Amino acid sequence: MRRTDLAAGLRRLCLALLAAAALARPAAALTLEEETLFPGTPGGPVLTVLSTTDTAIFQPLVVAFQARRPDITLRYQVAGSQEVFAAVHDGATEADLVISSAMDLQMKLANDGFAAPHHAAETAALPPWARWRDQLFAVAQEPVVLIVDRRALGGLAVPRTRAALTALLRDHPDKFRGRIGTYDPVRSGAGYLFATQDARQSDSFWRLAEVMGALAPRLYASSATMIADLRAGRLALAYNVLGSYAASSLPPAGDVQIIELQDFTHILLRTALIPRTAPTPDLAAAFLDFLLSNTGQQLMAQKAGLPAIDEAALAADQSLRPIRLDPGLLVYLDPLKRRRFLAEWSAALRQP
Amino acid sequence: MRAAAPGSIRRRLLLQLLGGAAVLSVLLYLSVRGVSRSAVEQTQDSILGAATIAVAEQLRGTDEGVDIDIPYTAFSMLGAVGQDRVFYRIIVDGADLTGYADLPAPDDAPPGLNPLFYSRPYQQALVRLAAVNRPVIAGGHTAQVQVIVGQTRSAQEAIVADMAWRAAALGLGFFALAALLAVLTTRSVVRPLDRLAGALGRRGPQDLRPVTQPVPVELAPLTAALNGFIARLSGALKRTETFIAEAAHHIRTPLATLRARAEIALRQTQDEATRASLREVIRAVDDSARAAGQLLEHAAVVYRSDQRAEAPLDLAALLRDIGQSYAPAADMADVALAVSVPDSAVMLTADRLLVETALRNLVDNAIKYSGPDGRVEMGLGVAQGRATIRIADRGRGLSGASLADLTGRFRRGRNVEDVVGSGLGLTIVQEVARAQRGRFTLRERDGGGSCAELTLPLD
Ligand SMILES: Nc1ncnc2c1ncn2[C@@H]1O[C@H](COP(=O)(O)OP(=O)(O)OP(=O)(O)O)[C@@H](O)[C@H]1O
Ligand SMILES: [Mg+2]
Repeated sequence: MRRTDLAAGLRRLCLALLAAAALARPAAALTLEEETLFPGTPGGPVLTVLSTTDTAIFQPLVVAFQARRPDITLRYQVAGSQEVFAAVHDGATEADLVISSAMDLQMKLANDGFAAPHHAAETAALPPWARWRDQLFAVAQEPVVLIVDRRALGGLAVPRTRAALTALLRDHPDKFRGRIGTYDPVRSGAGYLFATQDARQSDSFWRLAEVMGALAPRLYASSATMIADLRAGRLALAYNVLGSYAASSLPPAGDVQIIELQDFTHILLRTALIPRTAPTPDLAAAFLDFLLSNTGQQLMAQKAGLPAIDEAALAADQSLRPIRLDPGLLVYLDPLKRRRFLAEWSAALRQP
Repeated sequence: MRAAAPGSIRRRLLLQLLGGAAVLSVLLYLSVRGVSRSAVEQTQDSILGAATIAVAEQLRGTDEGVDIDIPYTAFSMLGAVGQDRVFYRIIVDGADLTGYADLPAPDDAPPGLNPLFYSRPYQQALVRLAAVNRPVIAGGHTAQVQVIVGQTRSAQEAIVADMAWRAAALGLGFFALAALLAVLTTRSVVRPLDRLAGALGRRGPQDLRPVTQPVPVELAPLTAALNGFIARLSGALKRTETFIAEAAHHIRTPLATLRARAEIALRQTQDEATRASLREVIRAVDDSARAAGQLLEHAAVVYRSDQRAEAPLDLAALLRDIGQSYAPAADMADVALAVSVPDSAVMLTADRLLVETALRNLVDNAIKYSGPDGRVEMGLGVAQGRATIRIADRGRGLSGASLADLTGRFRRGRNVEDVVGSGLGLTIVQEVARAQRGRFTLRERDGGGSCAELTLPLD
């Protein structure tokens, strides 16, 4: 216990120093939300990981990795998915490994030739839907869920499908007005991905959007803030939240319930790629292989709260639909398509 | 005509068949690979074309200009075959609307409403592209819109490589099968030749019967020619034998007359010198007569050894007969002739005339070269499936001459002194032994004299 505290203290110190260093540097193109140095043997190689996942979630994995490779110093950087994409696309980062939950952006990076190929037994063992070429690899699969505060429902049945949710909102507008949270697809890459995938999957999304629009929904840029508001009682329900964040930050048996909708529940793949510009791609490969190894995947599920890649779990429940790593993802990144979708979405959600 | 190539028909045939099979296998490999490649290319092209048209169908004209709602499925279907990179570009009246602005446009205009396919290097890869043109009415005028969709071809390459492996396996399998068939074919083609050669090789040296072996039509001319050759050969032989026989006959008659005249003249003259020369004449006539007789006998034996009249023959009885018929001659020469043969019959299948001629010559020699008070023994023994006729005398012996020396035509020993003879007797015996698949030996006998043995196989 003591030791961890000490280590955490040291890390915080490092963080502070780095932050100071970042301030001293001329304004970089990439704005980081966090940057943490996990020091290895002094003078050893440095591996830079650029990620959209909070440091706290990834820390157990980094520690386990460093137990195996104590020589490696790992620099863990956190930024928003759009920033991560732009940094890799514009060559504004020296990251060795890029981990992001924005599958479409990662897909575009790989498609447009920004990812280096990587072969290993661990990557070959991935199911085909969890891998694109030898460049993009899923490290975790996370359901996109609905979270409901049962107190707000006041005895009403918990909705299990989008149709039931739409009906619930329409029939009891007073209960939910101003108390619905969802992603803002304009600001959040993940929110845009979820909304477009929902729209692609079924028309019930648009009906739901229209009903939500009439109830003055609150729009968020991240799952974390949405969940925080829900816990604080400011929200009655949150639609399209990353289940992993929800599960790790909610008490197991509270009034707040995580629901995987039965008509369909999208499974987001958190993917990793090694940029072509990576200074030490072999270190990146080592870390990636560790994340995909049995140990890495177990740690991912148990310590980081990110569900491991598990084909059997998906096969068992046909309402779970992994968002496929295929070129279709590029379609909604088309500027015209994006403008058109967002216009439609705004029209549905922001009613007069 | 070219000189016939030496070497083995079997090997040549096998090599040619294998060579043909190898060429066919390679052709099979190449054509399967080529066909599969173009089939895969066509399939991929049609998917790419369909995706391009699906995108083009979503073009809309608005008051502000051209708008497009790229369908998700269009790109998603490109990902169905394999994980290839996808690029697109939409150009309105020469200006980029959306997509990858540096994606290469086609050199020619796409034909009508159909997609035009072309390949270009793009982003460190060879990209297959499809372009379609669509006129769109927007903002009051008709805009020419070109939709280009491109895809790398690594999945196709993987499929083609896999097909190539299959084609190679197919080619190899085909070759293995063809090789097996080639071996079997060669064997069956060469078998009649082998059989014919074997049948001819097993023949005895005197066997001049025509070849009656059934042979394939291609070999019929060969056997016909061979049979013609054999017929000419045996005809020539026969003519020779006949000629000798006739010649001997024609000589013997005048010789008999000549001898009679010489004897009369000898009786009528008292002049010692004339009598001596007349005796010389008579002796020479006897020699010539004997020679003519032996020549006739030899010709008969040679002829019959080709066409043997094989029949069951009792050797014991034959020996007794011969002993009886030579008794007077033995008496005259003061020689005791003893015949000791088993009482039971000793049967074998043979040409009686041949065996009898041989035995007569041996008995004749034994008496002739014994001298007065000699003793000739004729014996017959049976052992290990063979009958051995033994004719022994206590005469002058062979004086060291070997059998090979004495069996040559007209070859006589140095020990003959004044004994009349032609030197054909043992030649005849040897001939008979060979024709009857037997063996003949003549050797010096312990305690003086010689011993002749003729061994013949029993049935
Ligand atoms: N029993 C024998 N004893 C001694 N010499 C023999 C005897 N049989 C054969 N020979 C020798 O072998 C030679 C060849 O014998 P062969 O019978 O062929 O001829 P030939 O008796 O001289 O003449 P013919 O043709 O009239 O029989 C004889 O000249 C003789 O020298
Ligand atoms: Mg003789």
